[in-house]
Amino acid sequence: MAEDIVKVEGLKAYYQMNYFGVSREVRAVDGITMTVRKGEVYGIAGESSSGKTSFIKVLAAAIRPPLKVVEGSVKFDFKNGPIDVATATPKQIEAVRWKHLSYIMQGSMSVLNPVRRIGRTFHDFAARPMGLTGKAFEDRVIAHLARLKLPPEVLKAYPHELSGGMRQRVTIGLATVCHPEFIIADEPTTALDVVVQKEVLSLIRDIQKEMNAAVVFVTHDMSVHANVADRVGIIYAGRLVEEGPTRDMFFAPKHPYTAHLVASLPRIGDVKQRPALEGRPPNLADPPQGCRFHPRCPLAVDKCRQEVPPLEQVGPDHRTACWRWQDVKPLVNASAPSGVMA
Amino acid sequence: MTTLLDVRDVSKRFTMGGIFGRKTVDAVMDANFSLSAENPEIFTIIGESGSGKTTLARMILGLEDPSEGEILFRGKKVSRHGGRAEKLAFMSQVQPVFQNPFEAFNPLKKIERYLESTARRFLQTSDKAAIDRAMDEALQKVGLSLKEVRGRFPHEMSGGQLQRCAIARALIPNPPLLIADEPVSMVDASLRMSIVNLLKSLRDDLKVSVIYITHDLATAYYISNRLIIMQRGRIVEMGDARTVLDNPQHPYSKLLKASVLSTDDAGDGKLATDPGMVKAAGDLVGQAGELVAKPDGREVRVYG
Repeated sequence: MAEDIVKVEGLKAYYQMNYFGVSREVRAVDGITMTVRKGEVYGIAGESSSGKTSFIKVLAAAIRPPLKVVEGSVKFDFKNGPIDVATATPKQIEAVRWKHLSYIMQGSMSVLNPVRRIGRTFHDFAARPMGLTGKAFEDRVIAHLARLKLPPEVLKAYPHELSGGMRQRVTIGLATVCHPEFIIADEPTTALDVVVQKEVLSLIRDIQKEMNAAVVFVTHDMSVHANVADRVGIIYAGRLVEEGPTRDMFFAPKHPYTAHLVASLPRIGDVKQRPALEGRPPNLADPPQGCRFHPRCPLAVDKCRQEVPPLEQVGPDHRTACWRWQDVKPLVNASAPSGVMA
Repeated sequence: MTTLLDVRDVSKRFTMGGIFGRKTVDAVMDANFSLSAENPEIFTIIGESGSGKTTLARMILGLEDPSEGEILFRGKKVSRHGGRAEKLAFMSQVQPVFQNPFEAFNPLKKIERYLESTARRFLQTSDKAAIDRAMDEALQKVGLSLKEVRGRFPHEMSGGQLQRCAIARALIPNPPLLIADEPVSMVDASLRMSIVNLLKSLRDDLKVSVIYITHDLATAYYISNRLIIMQRGRIVEMGDARTVLDNPQHPYSKLLKASVLSTDDAGDGKLATDPGMVKAAGDLVGQAGELVAKPDGREVRVYG
């Protein structure tokens, strides 16, 4: 088994605000323990306001008030030495950022500076970590763009002159030009249409394989995880509720929330009414007692309302946090043929 | 049979640039379809970004004028021009639902304000009780109630709930036609189905026709009656949703279907798209061709 690139232990990161004597605490990340191995794609799924963005903010070492790491550690094992980003000084973080730890951001239109040519943006991001200037830098960037099937002319273009798919490839290029060991991809394909989405996904996958980088892939779209991730972790209300190899997560989920996420995926060929999960994610400023999923859970019993289930091992590489994981059944027949006429 | 909406040979051409170096872009070319007033249906427009689906929707909403052809709503021409009263009457019949509910609502105002202003406008009354009743009725239709919504700001709701509120707002004047422009692409996967099921129940229970614009083939298959597939402004395939999606015939439709991420082989990491398919579809861009009816009722664009 490959070594770990990052080890997250008991991470708690809260938004702490204190205005006019009233303090408010939002427990966005509440005790997450997980690891990402070298060279794998780890998918993180969760709905909005589940704390997944706060979690990757900590992973990306972008911890700024009011977000504060209250407990736990995030230990990276990079080639230039280990670092715990939860406690590292800005200088130490500067030394790994972009060169070892990089970030593919959501919404390529707002990431790229609209009044700067792409070439300048590359310079802003990557020139310092790479330690190159002038012609040498430009040659490296052009060589890298060629790998992403982008012509060198894009360096002279402004972001609005490129199509959505091209812009997204530029942001992937930005994030990978320094050959980082760890890449966080935050919903990189959400705004793209199906054809381009597939192209961009296979590009991320190829470049990840080529550089043997670890990728944490965040999206709420389970069908993307099915095709990209090696392992998937599900975050619900600030906690990791299930994690396992992609195949098991889809065909033998052990948490009712995962089972629901997988079952709610519509596919071509079915006409039956799909169940929709009622209710809404809990307010993280005032989360429910016990298992945080219990108000929406079809299997909830009294124990779920009082005690927090631990994340326990239920199979090879498969962990879940549910008191009743034995009773969780996959809601769809995985081998259901697609293309059946009604 | 009376027609609700009739789109006749509609084209839209945008001009870009100034006096020098003027360029024209054909956003929509020769679109033709109609919706019947008696049988409410979900009519889906599928296409990639830049295929002209949003432009088409904007023309139906009367926000853009077609360059050629005309759009008739209940026999009357849809136009950007015209009197205020006439426009208001048209707006009460055709209502939009937008893609991102977080952008549709003003974050600084309570949700009910947006609903209230719509109700005040279309009911043309300032009677508080009547407005409240209209708001509550509309919210009931989407599975919410005024009591739940009152006093809350957009950030206090989940994306799915907010999108429901946006749909409720559109339902206040009881329109026979809703135009939903990618209503689920910004909503979480777990809540997506609740919106899609809602559109379905609007059609079945309230007899509202919906023009559903999307690039998600799976939900399109799930709810729509008929669909059109657009490629760079041209309709390339049109017909019964299930007939078309089960067995697409145009190269571009085939490419779309092949690009849908499947979960059947989860974890295998299969992502490659057949390059031949992409090329076959790409080569047809810019060629006129013509729509030809097939025996199973669909129309496919063929090239001579």
